[in-house]
Amino acid sequence: MSGANRIKGKGRLTPAKTLRFTFDRKVLTAVEGDTLASALLANGIHLTGRSFKYHRPRGMLSAGSEEPNALLDVGRDAARRTPNIRATVQEVYDGLQAKSQNRWPSLAFDVGGINNLASPFFAAGFYYKTFMWPKAAWKKLYEPIIRAAAGLGVAPSERDPDHYANHFIHCDVLVIGGGAAGLTAALAAAHAGAEVIVCDEQAETGGAFHHDTDATVDGVSGWDWAQAATAELRAMDNVKVLTRTTAFGYQAQNHVVLVERVTEHLANPDASLPRERLWQVRARQVIIATGAIERHMVFANNDRPGIMLASAARTYLNHYGVAVGSKVGVYTACDSAWSAAFDLKQAGVSVPAIVDVRTDPDPALVARASELGIEVLSGQAVLDTSGKLRIKSMKVGKASAGSTRDIAVDALIMSSGWTPSVHMYSQSRGKVVWDEEGQRFLPGHHVQACASVGACSGVDDLADAMDGAAKAGHEAAKAAGVETGPVWTAPDADTATLWTGSMMGSAAGAGPETTVKAFVDFQNDVTAKDIRLAVREGMHSIEHVKRFTTNGMATDQGKTSNIHGLAIAAEMLGKPLPQVGLTTFRSPFTPVTFGAIVTHSRGDLFEPIRRTPMHDWEEAHGAVFEDVGQWKRAWYYPRPGEDMHQAVNRECRTVRESAGMFDASTLGKIEVVGPDAARFLNLMYTNGWDKLEPGRCKYGIMLREDGFIYDDGVVGRLAEDRFHVTTTTGGAPRVMHHMEDYLQTEFPDLKVWLTSTTEQWAVIAVQGPKAREIIAPLVEGIDLSTEAMPHMSLREGTICGVPTRLFRMSFTGEAGYEVNVPADYGDAVWKALWARAEPLGACAYGTETMHVLRAEKGYIIVGQDTDGTVTPDDAGLNWAVAKKKPDFVGIRGLRRPDLIGGGRKQLVGLTTKDPNIVLEEGAQIVADPNQSVPMTMIGHVTSSYWSENCGRSIAMGVVIDGRALKGRTLYVPMPERTIEVEVTDTVFIDKEGVRLNG
Amino acid sequence: MADIAHPTRLESLAGRAIGATGVMLTPAPAAHRVVLRADPREAEALSKALGLELPAAPKTSARTDTGRLIAWLGPDEWLIIDENGDPAADLAKAAALHSAVDISHRNTAILVTGKGARATVQGGCPQNLSERAFPVGSASRTVLGKIEVVILRTGAEEFRVECWRSFADYAFGVLSEAAKDCLA
Repeated sequence: MSGANRIKGKGRLTPAKTLRFTFDRKVLTAVEGDTLASALLANGIHLTGRSFKYHRPRGMLSAGSEEPNALLDVGRDAARRTPNIRATVQEVYDGLQAKSQNRWPSLAFDVGGINNLASPFFAAGFYYKTFMWPKAAWKKLYEPIIRAAAGLGVAPSERDPDHYANHFIHCDVLVIGGGAAGLTAALAAAHAGAEVIVCDEQAETGGAFHHDTDATVDGVSGWDWAQAATAELRAMDNVKVLTRTTAFGYQAQNHVVLVERVTEHLANPDASLPRERLWQVRARQVIIATGAIERHMVFANNDRPGIMLASAARTYLNHYGVAVGSKVGVYTACDSAWSAAFDLKQAGVSVPAIVDVRTDPDPALVARASELGIEVLSGQAVLDTSGKLRIKSMKVGKASAGSTRDIAVDALIMSSGWTPSVHMYSQSRGKVVWDEEGQRFLPGHHVQACASVGACSGVDDLADAMDGAAKAGHEAAKAAGVETGPVWTAPDADTATLWTGSMMGSAAGAGPETTVKAFVDFQNDVTAKDIRLAVREGMHSIEHVKRFTTNGMATDQGKTSNIHGLAIAAEMLGKPLPQVGLTTFRSPFTPVTFGAIVTHSRGDLFEPIRRTPMHDWEEAHGAVFEDVGQWKRAWYYPRPGEDMHQAVNRECRTVRESAGMFDASTLGKIEVVGPDAARFLNLMYTNGWDKLEPGRCKYGIMLREDGFIYDDGVVGRLAEDRFHVTTTTGGAPRVMHHMEDYLQTEFPDLKVWLTSTTEQWAVIAVQGPKAREIIAPLVEGIDLSTEAMPHMSLREGTICGVPTRLFRMSFTGEAGYEVNVPADYGDAVWKALWARAEPLGACAYGTETMHVLRAEKGYIIVGQDTDGTVTPDDAGLNWAVAKKKPDFVGIRGLRRPDLIGGGRKQLVGLTTKDPNIVLEEGAQIVADPNQSVPMTMIGHVTSSYWSENCGRSIAMGVVIDGRALKGRTLYVPMPERTIEVEVTDTVFIDKEGVRLNG
Repeated sequence: MADIAHPTRLESLAGRAIGATGVMLTPAPAAHRVVLRADPREAEALSKALGLELPAAPKTSARTDTGRLIAWLGPDEWLIIDENGDPAADLAKAAALHSAVDISHRNTAILVTGKGARATVQGGCPQNLSERAFPVGSASRTVLGKIEVVILRTGAEEFRVECWRSFADYAFGVLSEAAKDCLA
């Protein structure tokens, strides 16, 4: 048993292969190949959820991805559940757990249904006008309540245990859609020799053959031909067939993104399989074969469970062997619904009447209906329906007036015609054009290298569609550069199903001025009356109507509703429909999980984590790390019982008393090589480099064109034609690009080349009075005496037997070295140095101590003491700007009157009157604390620390004309108090710099 | 002090290797690496010094029997990799104007081998690495996930992914993740 509504002998599933699943905890049986929708219908269940706004009972509308109603919470366990899954797409597997959403306490009795009675409050635009008063109540009361009552499913709270795969893939021809046209195009392109990918969102290819059983292709049924064609494609080396794969995004340059559901249909998926695959296809040519989507009829109470699209009912019958009811009414404006009625009747289902709004339906259809004993009511309409949780009857009558009649039904199938699926075309930036004869929008000029074939391009006849697709497939292969052979021609095809007839907008019984609910957009609960109201309230552009009513803005992107909404708006505006225009379709075509979008970019792979060669040692020695861009840098090394403050104080003291070791490997390094290297540096830095001798180094400042400080660093000259440039850690990549950019565009005549060596060298700073004592026994080939190697010099030799570039330089104000060794040796050399340093009382120190020590000396940090609007003079670094150089980047900027004149913020030192107060970085500075608010702010604090070495707090800040204010008292107003500060010099320790030469 | 006289090299991917179904990820052995920058008009003299022709076409590489490998990175830029001899020493003998910078420790490489090698690399690299577009011997500076890499196709089912040292962990992670679904 797999449901009472399963009809023996109908459908393509194997009845013996049964599966068990639950719906709202009730155990039900399905057949292998069922979707959740077909399985529920087989069990006589139409009611699957409550609507978004009014909590109206809803059931399956469709049998495909356009489904707006049947959204369920589906999963196999607590962590693997996904809300808002369309029951019409989800395949049943053994053990699947499905739950209805948006209802409380139960699906059949839902308190939120009160929204339905309160619906006058929820008319179009209600968000904008209903709950405006009192204002305070909006945030606390109205919005939370409305949000809780409205809305869809609930996101899972547990971490997703599955993995998702990403694949970049290229092909000659991508075919989107595996129906008759898509398969034909794929075969033609593949036989021409092209590399082809064909994808289809359903479990099996075949498209409309899922429901249209009237078709024959190449002498067999359309379905059988489609399966044989797919098998043929799968067997070809140059073809990839992807089923359960939705093309959801059509980006620039034929970059089409597909998502493949790999395990969502399996009971016990192999853990090694990704749950979903993201295929990022770059196709030379794309063929869009996405078919057409059937529209519903817009009439009063057209949303009761049991009311669905005619093609859906036909799919459930012909593919799944399920009757959607036992007494099925038909309401249509299109011929194809008649075929559904005939199929149902022949399968033994009672079809009390076909109601066709057209006064003169095709006589052949009428004749066939009478032959089957189906009553035909032409020129009539379904004016209303009854039934609480399922349709019970339909009220039928003439649209104008006259008598009406209630016909008992337990299902009502409907069709107002077919909308070509132009989503992919529209996403490719193509503009749709109006087809007056077919009363529909069709693809016009294709902007990208693509073509549309079959029903999505308005070709209704099966044989024509396949002929056109075969030609398009061949042409696409040719356009992709494939040397094509003979043209593969499509097989003969024919179908008795007709697709003619269309009606857009509301049918009789939906208005014009009634209070009835005739739904246009099921998922967002938008009715015909809402759209009329929007127009009456002045929304004349369809873009405004869409946003005001939210028509077409739900997760189904208005696949069934857009055209109806447009037609109603056009009617109200008294304009022809094409003049009102269609809104743009955007990616994604159907909802995509975050997992599939993110794939492996999560956890440790969300962003690269960069570690230095000494990282493991630092970790083992208790370092606390801070993130500096992508780098992990040792921040401080707390000993047992120490907090950060105590650890930093100890490190600061130790460096000045004995020595400290610091990992400076993250500093950017660029090797500048060539006969014009010095000339190039003259242009890139404010300083002059001609006189720097090999073996010496110098602090340099780099500006942008506008004259503001861009980066700084020490540059060493290794040889006449070779410099070792260092940059800030954060500036490394951009300085490299900045330099390369100028070299290639402004100074291409210079014979000089740049190579990033940031990661070639591990850098160990050894700083403090005992620095030389620490390194000396390990160094060979370099005279370390101050006379031979003074402050700001550079030597090459070996340390621990490995080559080193040894810099004598300091960012602490102490005598010190920066030991550069090839990165793989960093760990070993650090350990060797530590073995020397530790017994001498030195410590390892982190970036926090580095910051404090440099602030004690007034050394700036670009990006902290500068903010992109600071000139060298503002920062007190005018000494580093060469006065005689004819040119450098930023020289013109520096001459701008605003940069020279007074009134600029200048970097100064700040000491608090109370030495124990540490200012907050970023705090504003004022001259008069008693002025009225808003006060005139004359500067702000840029760096502020407790200095253990000074025994007080120290700070730097930028203050308007600050250097002239030395000795003056300024004020830092804080919420709880105003802090008095004195303006000082920026150097707080060893003002004469004697320690550097120790 | 013996260990100080002979410090050991600690490579960023030391000891890491993964064998998934259809694909192996192995850290490449240490090698000499040089970035060579020069006017292409000097290519002949430099080729002579290096013992093999500098590739001149985009996305190509050259290789000697002894395993010296040169990848074209730009009109004036080449990456030279050699597990044996030091290319910098050879270039030092060339009279032609050039810049040779040792980056032996800056880069590290991951060898991706097996039937699933291409799909694994394509898990993070958007460039077309098919046999047709990227035959054996191809080389390209491109991206892998969020980082810059140089990819060399050293065999039908062999790729060498070069990246900077601190990005090796990320590159290995992305490739390991991609290897789980290498379709082999």
